[in-house]
Amino acid sequence: MQWSIHDDRPIYLQLMEQISLAVVSGRYQPGERLPSVRELAASAGVNPNTMQRALLELEGMGLIRTQSTTGRFITDDAEAIGRIRSQLAEARLLDFLTAMQRLGCSPEQIRAMVHQALAPGQPPQLTP
Amino acid sequence: MSVLECRDLTKRFSSRTALDRLNLTLPAGRIVGLLGPNGSGKTTLIKIICGLLTADEGTVLVDGHAPGIEAKRRIAYLPDRPAMGEWMSPADLIAYFADFYPDFQAETAAEMITRLGVPFDGPVRALSKGNREKVQLSLVMSRRARLYLLDEPIGGVDPAARDFILRTIISNYNQNSTVLISTHLIADVENVLDDVVFIREGQILLHDSVDNLREQHGKSIDLLFREVFA
Repeated sequence: MQWSIHDDRPIYLQLMEQISLAVVSGRYQPGERLPSVRELAASAGVNPNTMQRALLELEGMGLIRTQSTTGRFITDDAEAIGRIRSQLAEARLLDFLTAMQRLGCSPEQIRAMVHQALAPGQPPQLTP
Repeated sequence: MSVLECRDLTKRFSSRTALDRLNLTLPAGRIVGLLGPNGSGKTTLIKIICGLLTADEGTVLVDGHAPGIEAKRRIAYLPDRPAMGEWMSPADLIAYFADFYPDFQAETAAEMITRLGVPFDGPVRALSKGNREKVQLSLVMSRRARLYLLDEPIGGVDPAARDFILRTIISNYNQNSTVLISTHLIADVENVLDDVVFIREGQILLHDSVDNLREQHGKSIDLLFREVFA
């Protein structure tokens, strides 16, 4: 998988986000076995302890489960994946609203623009 | 037990104080960046730890051993400039290291040198500066040491080789050993580090984990370094 690490935030948070995204988007399938910490760390070019920390946090959130002898797996709990999807979506939504407010758009204007953008046949179109 | 313990280290060169009552303790299983401007004492500290210089005052313990043969057994050292028999080929050097160090993994070294695309047979003398660095680092990282001291390991190599080398460091160290990397190329190494140590005028200015520092300051170690040493 493709990783990108930015300057502004702790690395483990960025790893958590990118793994979550990979699960939500289906890049990692429910129940799929994850590569080892070392392999994941090498592929992301990050420290193994940092990758370990990200995986532990994701385990705490219920997105990953560990079987002591066979390794780490993506959860097959669709509800847990759905929860993470909502969390990621809410964070994006908040970013979007903040950006629109900074541009000086009122809530009514934002609502109207979103409505229009989602209407069939109207530009700008969402890619299906 | 900590892998490295430096207590009140002081080193003077005639009138100049290179290390000034420096204290540093490193636990096992960490990759640590030793970061500081030119002349801050990085190389002096590393040379004292591996026994090439002696401190005027203070103590160094590597895995509980003062500088000497037992400490050296546990240290894999990459000098700030390549130091190999110039007449030897990489193949000769592998045999030489295998003879010298019981913990040396000859197959690992051969594989690394091959993957880095360095010719195996000609003398080191005929290699470019970058290729010499690659050979030396491959040799050092192919030991099973407790403490790796890497003095500017990626200074002379191209970015692609840099990535490969950093990945090699990540995948070759283990939870019992610690890697101390001195460098000024912070942006290139910071993602692979657990902790950073800022050194200034022979004293430790800061010693913390990369993620803590990013969380506290909201910026990369590279930017933080530029601020602290501006």
